[in-house]
Amino acid sequence: MADPQYLPRSQVLPLDRALEIIDALPGGGVILTKVEEVLNWGRAASVWPLTFGLACCAIEMMQAYATRFDLDRMGVIPRATPRQADCIIVAGRATIKIAPIVRRLWEQMPEPKYVISMGSCATCGGPFYYDNYSILKGIDQVIPVDVYVPGCPPRPEALIEGFLKLQDKIKKEPFLRRRIQAAAAAQAGG
Amino acid sequence: MPLHTEELMLNMGPQHPSTHGVLRMVVTLDGENIVDVQPDIGYLHSSVEKMMEHRTYLQNIALVDRGMDYLAAMANEEVWVLAVERLGRIEVPERARYIRTIMLELQRISSHLLWLGTFGIDLGAFTAFLWCMRERERIMDLFESATGGRLHHVYFRIGGVYDDLPEGWTDRCAEFCDYLLDRLPEYDELLTGNPIFLARTRGVGVLPLERAVAMGASGPVARASGLAYDVRRAHPYEVYDRVQFDIPVRTEGDCYARYLVRLEEMRQSVRIIRQCLEQMPAGEIRSKVAVTLRLPKGEVYARTESPRGDLGIYLVSDGGERPYRVKIRAPAFSNLYALTEMMRGWKVADVIAILGSIDIVLSDVDR
Repeated sequence: MADPQYLPRSQVLPLDRALEIIDALPGGGVILTKVEEVLNWGRAASVWPLTFGLACCAIEMMQAYATRFDLDRMGVIPRATPRQADCIIVAGRATIKIAPIVRRLWEQMPEPKYVISMGSCATCGGPFYYDNYSILKGIDQVIPVDVYVPGCPPRPEALIEGFLKLQDKIKKEPFLRRRIQAAAAAQAGG
Repeated sequence: MPLHTEELMLNMGPQHPSTHGVLRMVVTLDGENIVDVQPDIGYLHSSVEKMMEHRTYLQNIALVDRGMDYLAAMANEEVWVLAVERLGRIEVPERARYIRTIMLELQRISSHLLWLGTFGIDLGAFTAFLWCMRERERIMDLFESATGGRLHHVYFRIGGVYDDLPEGWTDRCAEFCDYLLDRLPEYDELLTGNPIFLARTRGVGVLPLERAVAMGASGPVARASGLAYDVRRAHPYEVYDRVQFDIPVRTEGDCYARYLVRLEEMRQSVRIIRQCLEQMPAGEIRSKVAVTLRLPKGEVYARTESPRGDLGIYLVSDGGERPYRVKIRAPAFSNLYALTEMMRGWKVADVIAILGSIDIVLSDVDR
């Protein structure tokens, strides 16, 4: 038998069967879930959004970051570049002209990534739904949305609630399982 | 021997932390020096003027809040109801006119505070942002208790205002005036004498008076270049002809002068609010106006001084329930037009300071 050191990675780490093996081990699934919980606890407590304001909701977003509401205490720290961000807040109405740029920003963000749609305009077009030729009727036509925050504009408290909902969602995610599956798919593809 | 250099095109925006929204600037550079700047607008074009033709005069109040300059919703409502009232010859009760003036000046303070905070961030002074937002929250509380909305109020009505001020509001407003005047010296300590702030703003982005006039700049941008023009004084509306206030004018025309003008405007706004609170009579707050209002056939131009400058609405009525055509004269659009003039010849690092100093709101530029 060949030395495992010189075998290709796929034979040493059978990623496509990893989940099967873990679940077959006594207590394997439980341990995986516990590790996931710890990881998710950490991830949920540091959601870094991209500073990207489109319209009026961006002002309430700024208020939420600032003195009275202070989103920092939820671990939400704005980042100026999509490469460092976990989350994009689409704050305000998106026009057809800006839509490809929002899409590109979302594509530039590393996985796992989340989208908060803030306000009626980003959710469905809002007051700009009728008789309008330039506004996109909801940002979910361009990027997938995780949390919708209603309001025109939503109060900073509503945005904080949106972040808490997003944190709940992150805490329930089968994060490791998804990562292992994604790695297996990448290995099979490569 | 002269050094051979090549021009470089730099793209700033639409997603850039200091473009104050979704402005794209195509900057042409020669080394570090700016040769040309072309602003690319339209990323927030909301087709408001077209939408207004499909809504009644009353419904449009809610639309101008959102579709125009969202940092000064009261100013938008004011220019809209002013145009409708002038065309329809609708009387406004005295008390409503005082309430409107107070609200407009509070809005001016809140808009200037937000500008000051974001200008501080652009130049690396994060504390200014936190302090300004602290003061702004107090204005938001005042707005919320009187109108129900923090950012979009829909408070002005054709022929008055929606509701009377709640109990104790005037006391709280007077208290806020004292509070703000106490706080303004703190900003002087933080920014006005700060050597870094001075180095980045004084003498930077000079806009000479004749160029400011030629480019149609208005508001604090024009007043910082030496143009002593304020619509509140030149064409008084509401009760501006009954209150005493100064128009701050500087002649330097640089970023620092624009900063000083806005800071002084906040003090003058406090002065106006205090006088209004003293003079405000009791009485009616709204005259009787039909919900489905029909204006006589004709056209009117109303202009006001929004926090950003000369804000106008040209309204054409064909005698129906809805306006036939509305044209918005946006101050931020004209001020942005002067941007190229201000930036030419400066270094690339000054782009942020100069853009921040003209206080654009992209919703006002694009409509």
